[in-house]
Amino acid sequence: MSLEFLVASTVGVLTAAGIYLCLRGRTFPVVLGLAMLSYAINVFLFAMGRLVVDRPPLYAKGLVDHADPLPQALVLTAIVISFGMTALVVVLSLRTYLETGTDQVDGLVDDQRDEGEA
Amino acid sequence: MSLFLLSLLPFLGAVLVGSMPRAGRTTQAMAAGIITGAALLLLLAHAPAIFAAGTVSATLEWIPGLGLSASLFLDALGLLFGGLILGIGLLVIIYARFYLDPSDPMGRFYACLLVFQGAMLGIALSGNVLLLLIFWELTSLSSFLLIGFWRDRAEARQGARMALAVTGGGGLALIAGLLLLGRIAGTYELAGILRSGALIQASPFYPLALVLILIGCFTKSAQFPFHFWLPHAMAAPTPVSTYLHSATMVKAGVFLLARLWPALAGTQLWFYLVATTGLVTMLLGALIALFKHDLKAILAYSTVSQLGLLTMLFGFGTPMAAVAGVLHILNHALFKAALFMNAGIVDHATGTRDARLLGGLATLMPITATLGLLACASMAGLPPLGGFLSKEMMLEQAARTTLGTQWLVPLLATIAATLSVAYSLRYAVHIYLGRRRSETALAPHDPPPGLWGPPALLVGGAIALGLFPMLIAGDLVQAAAGAVIGAPPPAFAISLWHGFTPALGLSVMAVIAGALILAGYAPILRRWDGLPLPVAQSLFDAGVAILVTVSDRITRAIHNGSLQRYLGVLFVVAIAAGAAGLATGGFAAGQRPTLPASPVAIIGWLTLIAATVAVIRAQRQRYFALIYISVIGLIVSLGFIYLSAPDLALTQISVEIVTILLLLLALNLLPKHPSRLSCTALRLRDGALGAAGGCGAGFLAWAVMTRPPNDPISAHHWANSYSGGGGTNVVNVTLVDFRAFDTFGEIIVLGIAALAIFALLQTATRGASGRRLLQWMPDLVRSPEHHPMMFVVATRLLLPLALLVGVYIFLRGHNLPGGGFIAGLVVSIAILMQYIASGFDWTDHRRQVDEHAMIACGVLIAVATGLGALLFGKPLFTSAFGYFSLPLIGTFELATAMAFDVGVGVTVIGAVMLALAELSHVAQRAEKDARTEHAMDVDPGRSRVPAR
Repeated sequence: MSLEFLVASTVGVLTAAGIYLCLRGRTFPVVLGLAMLSYAINVFLFAMGRLVVDRPPLYAKGLVDHADPLPQALVLTAIVISFGMTALVVVLSLRTYLETGTDQVDGLVDDQRDEGEA
Repeated sequence: MSLFLLSLLPFLGAVLVGSMPRAGRTTQAMAAGIITGAALLLLLAHAPAIFAAGTVSATLEWIPGLGLSASLFLDALGLLFGGLILGIGLLVIIYARFYLDPSDPMGRFYACLLVFQGAMLGIALSGNVLLLLIFWELTSLSSFLLIGFWRDRAEARQGARMALAVTGGGGLALIAGLLLLGRIAGTYELAGILRSGALIQASPFYPLALVLILIGCFTKSAQFPFHFWLPHAMAAPTPVSTYLHSATMVKAGVFLLARLWPALAGTQLWFYLVATTGLVTMLLGALIALFKHDLKAILAYSTVSQLGLLTMLFGFGTPMAAVAGVLHILNHALFKAALFMNAGIVDHATGTRDARLLGGLATLMPITATLGLLACASMAGLPPLGGFLSKEMMLEQAARTTLGTQWLVPLLATIAATLSVAYSLRYAVHIYLGRRRSETALAPHDPPPGLWGPPALLVGGAIALGLFPMLIAGDLVQAAAGAVIGAPPPAFAISLWHGFTPALGLSVMAVIAGALILAGYAPILRRWDGLPLPVAQSLFDAGVAILVTVSDRITRAIHNGSLQRYLGVLFVVAIAAGAAGLATGGFAAGQRPTLPASPVAIIGWLTLIAATVAVIRAQRQRYFALIYISVIGLIVSLGFIYLSAPDLALTQISVEIVTILLLLLALNLLPKHPSRLSCTALRLRDGALGAAGGCGAGFLAWAVMTRPPNDPISAHHWANSYSGGGGTNVVNVTLVDFRAFDTFGEIIVLGIAALAIFALLQTATRGASGRRLLQWMPDLVRSPEHHPMMFVVATRLLLPLALLVGVYIFLRGHNLPGGGFIAGLVVSIAILMQYIASGFDWTDHRRQVDEHAMIACGVLIAVATGLGALLFGKPLFTSAFGYFSLPLIGTFELATAMAFDVGVGVTVIGAVMLALAELSHVAQRAEKDARTEHAMDVDPGRSRVPAR
C-alpha cells in the first residue's frame, strides 16, 4: 500500500460519507455531512501539491526537495472558512428548529413536531 | 468640455435639490429652475457653432476595451431636442411649483424631474450608442419614479409599473439591437455608425437589428401594439404628464428613429415596418381619443396618435418627410405641452377632468379658455397656427406615398386627420363653449399667472411659428432635418398659403368631416360604447397573471421545500459531469513513483475509515456521532503533520476543537435521539450516489497524485518568499503577502459569517422560537457539579500560559509554522476554556472587549496595512520588512505583513468568540437555573457550602 493510495481512498470515503449524510432528512446529519465534505475537499486540495514526507515548506537556501507551499496556503484559509460555514449552518439549523419545532429538511410534515405556538 | 458640463448639470441639480428637503417650495423650484435655465443657456451658446460647423463633440475614454467612451455629440437635431427638453423643462418646473399641493414632497419631485431631464438630455447628446443605452434605461427608471410620484395611489403604482415593464422590456430589445448595430458597423461611436449606412443595410443581421431597435423605439414612443401604457401613465401628476408624455420621453423613440435615419432608413423593410406602424397608431390613437372623457386620457391618446404621425413620416424615408417630421416634433411639443397644462388648470379649478361634466367654462375662465382654444386649434391643424403647417406637409407626403395602392395612405391619413380635428374640437367645444352641464366641486376661476404663464408662452410660440415659420424655425428645421438625413435637405419654404394643392383639399375635407362628427357626437358615442372592445389594461393584467402563474408553478415544481432534492440534483449533476469527463478523456493512473506507507500511517487510515463508518452508523445517537467525527478531524491533523504541512495541522486541530464545541452547544438544544426518517430503499439510493461520488473523487485524487506536478506556480512563491516577503515560512508569507488580498477577503467572509450568526441568534429569543426556548427542558442527566473546582482552577492557571502560546505562535509565524489564523484560534480556545469551566456569566463579566469591535478592528487593521503600501507608491498589500537589533533581545525582524497578520488574528478571535458566545447565551436562556454568581460550586474561600 502506498501513501498516495491511503490519501486517495480517504478522500473517496470521506466524500461518499459526506454525500450520504447530506442527503439525510434532518439538519444535524446534513451539518455532519458538510463537515465531512469539507475534510474531503481540503485533503483533496492539499493532495494536489503531491505528498512529501518530512519536508515542510520552510525556505532555506539551496533546498529543492520540499512540500508545495501554495496548496497548503489555500487549504489553510479553506479550513478556517469551512469553520465559518459550518458554524453558520449549525446556527441556521438551530434557529430553524426553534422557529418551526422540527429539524426535518425533506419537505415533509414532521409527526413528532411539537406545537410551541400554544 | 462644456458639453460634459451641460450633460452633468441636471444631475448636479438633482443632487442639490434632493439635498435640501427642508427648504421652502419656492427655493427648491428656484434651484431647479436656475439649473435648468443655466443648462438651456449653455446649450444655446453652442448654437452658432452648430449652424456654422454642423456638430460639436467631446470625447473622454471610459472603457476602451468595450468600445465604450463617454463621447458627446451635439448637432442641430440634438440642439432641437435639447432645447425642447430644457425649455419645456423650465416651464414645467415653474408650473409644478404652483400646481403641486403643499403637502407633496417638492424636493423629491424636482430631484426626480432633474434626473429625468439629465437622462433625456443625455440621449440627445450621446455620441456613443452604449452611452445612449445607459441614458435610455435611466429615462425608464426615472419616469417610473415620476409616474408613481403619488405612491399612495394604487393607479399611480400600477401605471408606473406598466410603463416600466413595457419601456424597460423594449429597452432590453434595444440593447440587443444597438449592440448588433455596433458589431455590424465595427464601432459604437454614433458618427461611425451613421457613416456606414450602406454597410449596415447590406448586412444579413440588418433585419434583426432593425426589428430589435424598432421594438425599443416603439415601446418608448407608445406605438401600436405597445401604446397601452401611455394612458395609464396619466396617473402621474399633470406636470409630469406634460413633460414626459408630450414633449420628451415618448419622443425619445422618435428621436432615435431620426437619429439612426441615415444608418437604417431607406429600405423596403424600414418603410413597411415603420410607416405602417405609424399609420396604424395614428388612426387608432385618434379614434380612441375621440371617445375618451377624461381630459388627460383624450390628450394621452392624442399623443399616441401624433407620435404615430411622426413615426409614419420618418418611416416614409424621404427627405421631405423628414423635414415635415422635424417641424411636427416642434409643433407637437408646443401645443401638447400647453394642452396638458391646460387640462391641469381645469382640473385644479373645477375638481374634475371629466369632459361630460364640464362645459361653458369660457366665460368663467377666460384666460385659460383662450389658451386652450388656441392650442386645440393648433392640434386640429387649423390656420394660422403651427399645427396647420406640419399637418399640411404630412398630408402632402402621404399623398405621394404608395402602400399597395396609391390612395390607401392618403385616405387613411385623411381619416386620421379628420378624427384629430374631431377630438380637438370636442376638447375645445365641450369644455369651454356651450352651457355648463353640472355643478362642479369647485367654483371655476382663472388660476394665478404661475399656472397660466407657461402655457401662454407655449401657445405664443405656436402662433408665432404659424405666422412666421421661416423666420422663427426655418434655419433650425433645415439644419435639424439635414442632421436627420445626413445630407443637406431639399430646399423648402414653409408658409401658411402655398396655393391650391391636393393637401389643402384633404385638409379642408378633414376639417369639415371633423366638425360633422362633433355635431353628431352623441349617437356616435352610443354606437362606440356598444362595441365589444378589448381593454388594454385587462389584457396586460391577464398577461402578467399568466406569467406569474406559470413561473409560480415552475418554481413550486422545482422548489418543493426538500433540501434533499436540491442537494441530490447538485450531486447528480456533479457526478454526471465528472463521469462525462471520464468517459471522453479516459482514465489511467500515472507513472509517478509512489511513497511506501508506514504501519503507523496504515493504522491512522484504518482509524479514520472506522470513524467514518461509525459516524454514519451513529446518526441517531448524536453525541456519539460528534465524538466519532472529531476522531476524523484528529487523524486529518496528524496526516497533515506527517505529510509536511505543520501549519495545516495546527490550524486543523484548533479549528477542530472550536467546531466540536460549537456543535456540542447546538446539540444541547437540538433533538438528540431523532426517529428514523428514510426507508432502506432511500438509504441504498443515497449510498449508491455517495459511492459514485466517492469513487470519482478518490480516483481523481489518485490520478493526480500519480502524475508529476506540471510546472507549479508555487516555484515563484518559494523563490521569492525570503527575498521578497522576508519570511522563511512560505505558507505564511503566501497568506500575508503574495495572496494577502485573498486572505483579506477570507477574514471578511469570516466576519460576515459571525455577524450573521449573531443576527440569527439575537432574535431567537422572540416569537415562536423564544417560546420554545422557554419551554425547553434539559433532556440529559446533569452533573451535580456545574463548575468543578479542579477544572476551574486548572483553566485559570492555564489562561496566561495559553495566551502566551498564542502570542508565541503568532510571532514565529513568519518564519516557522504559526501565524495569525492559528494564533487567533489558540487565543480563542484559551478564552473558551474559561467559559466552559467557570460558566458564561462569570466569564462574560470579566471579558472587556466587544467581539463586534474586534472583528471591525481586525478588518480595519488589515485594510490599513494594505492601503499603507499605496502611500509609498507600491501596489495594494505590498509588504515591507527590515531587520533591527535591540540590546538584550538581539536582532529581530519587523515586517508590515505582521500588522496584517495581527488584523487576521484579531478578526478570527472576534468571529469565533462571537459565534460561540451567542450560542451559549441562547443555551443559557433555555437553562433557566444555570445562572450562578460563583465560578466554582465548591469554593473554600466562601464561608459556607451552598446547600443542594
